[in-house]
Amino acid sequence: MRELVCIVCPKGCRLHVDEENGYKVTGNSCPRGEAYGREECTNPTRVVTSTVAVAGGAHPRCPVKTNRPVPKDRMFDVVRALDGLVIPAPVALGQVIVADVCGTGADIVATRGV
Amino acid sequence: MREELYDVVVIGGGPAGLAAALAARENGAQSVLILERDTEPGGILNQCIHNGFGLHWFKEELTGPEYAGRFIAQLAGGGIDVALDTMALSLDAATHTVCAVSRKDGMRAVRGKAVVLAMGCRERTRGAIGIPGARCAGIFTAGTAQRYVNVEGYMVGRRVLILGSGDIGLIMARRMTLEGAKVLACVEVMPYSGGLARNIAQCLNDFGIPLYLSHTIIDIEGDGRVERAVVAKVDEHRRPIPGTEMTFECDTILLSVGLIPENELTRGAGIELDARTNGAAVYENMETAAPGVFACGNVLHVHDLVDYVTAESRRAGAAAAAYARSERARGGAISLACGDGVSYTVPQRVRVESVEKGVDVFFRVRRVFDGDLRVTARCGGEVLASFRREHLAPGEMERVTLPRVLLDKARGTVTISVEEASV
Repeated sequence: MRELVCIVCPKGCRLHVDEENGYKVTGNSCPRGEAYGREECTNPTRVVTSTVAVAGGAHPRCPVKTNRPVPKDRMFDVVRALDGLVIPAPVALGQVIVADVCGTGADIVATRGV
Repeated sequence: MREELYDVVVIGGGPAGLAAALAARENGAQSVLILERDTEPGGILNQCIHNGFGLHWFKEELTGPEYAGRFIAQLAGGGIDVALDTMALSLDAATHTVCAVSRKDGMRAVRGKAVVLAMGCRERTRGAIGIPGARCAGIFTAGTAQRYVNVEGYMVGRRVLILGSGDIGLIMARRMTLEGAKVLACVEVMPYSGGLARNIAQCLNDFGIPLYLSHTIIDIEGDGRVERAVVAKVDEHRRPIPGTEMTFECDTILLSVGLIPENELTRGAGIELDARTNGAAVYENMETAAPGVFACGNVLHVHDLVDYVTAESRRAGAAAAAYARSERARGGAISLACGDGVSYTVPQRVRVESVEKGVDVFFRVRRVFDGDLRVTARCGGEVLASFRREHLAPGEMERVTLPRVLLDKARGTVTISVEEASV
């Protein structure tokens, strides 16, 4: 039995995942918690957020995120892939900055316009 | 000096001010002015680049800039002026006149038929908590470091110790780690975390960063820049216990030791403050003791979730619009008092006649409670309402809704308490 804190919403439910019995989840208060509990014990993922440098914009950095969760053990690879990257302004909200980052299938997208 | 009249003047263009201004317009205010001291609206959300915002309000997971962007996009469409790079200097609570200054427009006096206070909060600093040791560089509040890293693009350090387990500190622990720094530990003087459980999980546990509860920094050493910090365990009176010292070799210390509502204007206007929240005392519609002056968001009480700020600020904005068209709240007020286990409530007073269906009461508890719990609202010893809970913690703001039909039975004072089932 593995104990987890659900990170899907701020409520932070304490989940119990029975790894021996088909990853049965208890302690969740919604279906998303159940899905998180199972995923976290089989294929843990996270949305990664960071910034990239912008040239010629109102701000020196543009905030970005992966448009879908990436495997947890690839978080550092994803952030490193943004090192040294400089994108020209203007940047639009939702603009793809890096497609299929590190082969994860997720795109790095801008989370604001600069 | 120019003098202008608006239906509603909103001081602050962060999440609270934006939601209040938009709600005021939706509820009939013809002219709304937002005074914002930064060069763009959005407030603190602009530097909160992490995700997790909006699950309640938008039913989806957004980053801070995305959450702010949803509201900023709605500002167009007429009726809302935004004065950026403009600092509100004073408020006259009787005439609703705000004196503000900007480089572009100079001094201006703006009068609102109603005024909404949405100035947000500030971080508690090293001086406020009196950490001993060298006065060297490398000690930042977590929010300042967040701005340097996320907005300005400067890395603030390589080996980091975090004092306090507030959410901003936890978020920065992850952020600094992802950017290549070594975060050595998070040190919290209380026996429980000040932040959300999910942030302990995804910001500390994900990266193997230890959390030392009931510990604090007792010395900082460094010539010019921080070189090391000494941490000790504390007893139940928060006094360091000799012999428990640990030394951390670090170049940076981030402080996440609490937020203080920024009420200089409120205080200057002579508006009654609540010593428990450090914000104005308000009625059910977010109106302060000064008629026509409303308050919402972190200037009123420090929230954990921006979604709740939005909901609260919409109430303030709608009420300000009603006040601007001369609709006044009716009836005498009952007081909400803090009973066992409850450290504050917002609102503090309720004019029952003005409540439509019910009133949302936000509160915090004094310590961690687990088990078969009841949050009760009692009047003269009699239980008006009772709400079941299994877990309550000071770091997590709670909310109960008191229905109008029950409030109609109340006289004088209603006391909100945490009651543990007797075994």
